[in-house]
Amino acid sequence: MSAGTLYDKVWELHRVADLPGGATQLFIGLHLIHEVTSPQAFAALNDLGLTVRHPERTVATVDHIVPTTSQARPFADPLAEAMLATLEGNCARHGITLHGLGSGRQGIVHVIAPELGLTQPGMTVACGDSHTSTHGAFGAIAFGIGTSQVRDVLASQSLAMGKLKVRRIRVDGALQSGVYAKDLVLHVIRTLGVKGGVGYAYEFAGPAIEALSMEERMTLCNMAIEGGARCGYVNPDAVTFAYLKGRPHAPTGDAWERAVAWWSSLASGPEASFDDEVVFDAATIAPTITWGITPGQAIGVDETVPTLEQTESDERPIAEEAYRYMDLRPGAPIEGLPVDVCFIGSCTNGRLSDLRAAADVARGRRVAAGIKAFVVPGSEQVAAEAEAEGLDAVFRAAGFEWREPGCSMCLAMNPDRLEGRQISASSSNRNFKGRQGSATGRTLLMSPAMVAAAAVSGHVADVRRLVAAPTTPEPETASTRA
Amino acid sequence: MSATPFPAGPIQRCEGRAVVVPGDDIDTDRIIPARYLKCVTFDGLAEGVFADDRSERAGDHPFDRAENQGAAILVVNRNFGCGSSREHAPQALMRWGLRAVIGESFAEIFFGNCLALGIPCLSADHDAVLALQAAIAAHPGAVLQLDLEPPLVRLVAGSEVLEWPLSLPAGPRRMLVSGEWNGTAQLVAHDGELRATASRLPYLTGFAAA
Ligand code: SF4
Repeated sequence: MSAGTLYDKVWELHRVADLPGGATQLFIGLHLIHEVTSPQAFAALNDLGLTVRHPERTVATVDHIVPTTSQARPFADPLAEAMLATLEGNCARHGITLHGLGSGRQGIVHVIAPELGLTQPGMTVACGDSHTSTHGAFGAIAFGIGTSQVRDVLASQSLAMGKLKVRRIRVDGALQSGVYAKDLVLHVIRTLGVKGGVGYAYEFAGPAIEALSMEERMTLCNMAIEGGARCGYVNPDAVTFAYLKGRPHAPTGDAWERAVAWWSSLASGPEASFDDEVVFDAATIAPTITWGITPGQAIGVDETVPTLEQTESDERPIAEEAYRYMDLRPGAPIEGLPVDVCFIGSCTNGRLSDLRAAADVARGRRVAAGIKAFVVPGSEQVAAEAEAEGLDAVFRAAGFEWREPGCSMCLAMNPDRLEGRQISASSSNRNFKGRQGSATGRTLLMSPAMVAAAAVSGHVADVRRLVAAPTTPEPETASTRA
Repeated sequence: MSATPFPAGPIQRCEGRAVVVPGDDIDTDRIIPARYLKCVTFDGLAEGVFADDRSERAGDHPFDRAENQGAAILVVNRNFGCGSSREHAPQALMRWGLRAVIGESFAEIFFGNCLALGIPCLSADHDAVLALQAAIAAHPGAVLQLDLEPPLVRLVAGSEVLEWPLSLPAGPRRMLVSGEWNGTAQLVAHDGELRATASRLPYLTGFAAA
């Protein structure tokens, strides 16, 4: 059993009671809501005659269903309009802050909470969305919940949960230039499997993790859930504090000093023990890309699609299904595979540093003929910062479309979707069958720089050959990394 | 649409015909494609269940076959319900008429979402699940009897009775059998404990000086 880890400490601090079913009632420090999984929860709350216990610890935005071309109201899609109107009504009725379209603070829920300083170390964070694991980048215990649990958190600011085991994923060495947190996490999932993390929280640690910026740590923790781990986290450190300082919801003055002291005390200490540990070497990781229909079906860009003989026997049925669905031959190289659509965005990779890395590849190049390429900033704030540095102009000049913030083609709940058998190079997090809106559409997951490389090449390409120089440093790490 | 009422109160057993959806890693995007998430109530989700798989198989999907209509128990393989946390998936299955799931293993969030609806997800090892699936195929229309205490499933086909032990962790089992699976009231009742917890969290008091 783990002891002395950040997970153990935060769990104990938030333990409300032990429930008769054997679960623990856990206090939730920050509850994020959006238009897709909250309406039924509010309806259930009303049915029970209950109110929102902590409206001030509940924060809403709209992301999944918003169009990324014109965001004028009412939306062309009446269902999308009804969902947003329902959220607006519920937030107004219960006194919940909604960061709506045009507020300057709207965006994908997992992008805005960190950038507003809402997500902080030592918190428990819950949201009706599985990629809530993103917030673990701050040393928070953050996990996705279902609609019934959204109702429970609205009503009681707590939920019933079983404690997870803790696996430390220690990453030694340093990532090569052109290799990003996305490649690292795809490599981890490829190695441990999409079910490898079931029942675990993943603690990401070691020199390669400490060297990551906050935005990269968010990418990493975002995809912990794709490896089966309901939450993933990084211990808070100077990089975390530098990112948080000065954000709208961050503590100030003396309170800031006390906060940093408390946050620091929560990190897993040298005496911490884990249920399991796995060690990786960052230097050996290549730009990594999925070839199949689960995020675990990933290979280095310089590798070939695994054959059945190279596949564990229990993974063979899904490998065969993937060959058929993706129309890929076992043993074929992935580099050079033509793509139709290139999508840069999502809560995994829709932040400023992601757009910078992609713009570095796009700068001075052109999107290949016949390819639709588009960039969707993760939030209004990301869009404003990117535009201030002229990244929108770089992308437009290269032939990319520059869109309004939202979840976009990460999933098919808005007008952005694949058509028919189209194949996309995508910086999002899921390559499940039909995920991007066409029941036969195909998805290759990769880093934003790799998506840009595919866009300008017309096919899957090794970004290391396009970007010789190291990428520009990221905003919040410029001072802390020096 | 389901003929039987939705789960309520203590859940000790479940009886009905079975529908088998074979395959590992069936994710919630397949159970209910994202386009069906555009709704403000769960009513009407039944029609979207496995929609893409069903149109791909043009009437030959287990959920479309005549003998499976009205089934109450879903039998699956490994890691069922992985992917998106959407509760629309168990909601869609429940509204189609299902009241229990048997499989080799389940994704954690899916398991919890089912529990919150009063739908038990019971597991058995690989060989037992394959044997159960084969027995169902050999006896179309046979009724399964599912017990939670102890967890087991029985297939009754004429004079033949086949039985497999199942497993269900003690906590969820107690919650289902006692009727405490819908626990909102219980959480809310711990008002004093909730206050005590909130008062020791420095971020809720603005990191005020001690
Ligand atoms: S970007 Fe994709 S994964 Fe992230 S919250 Fe939106 S739909 Fe979910």
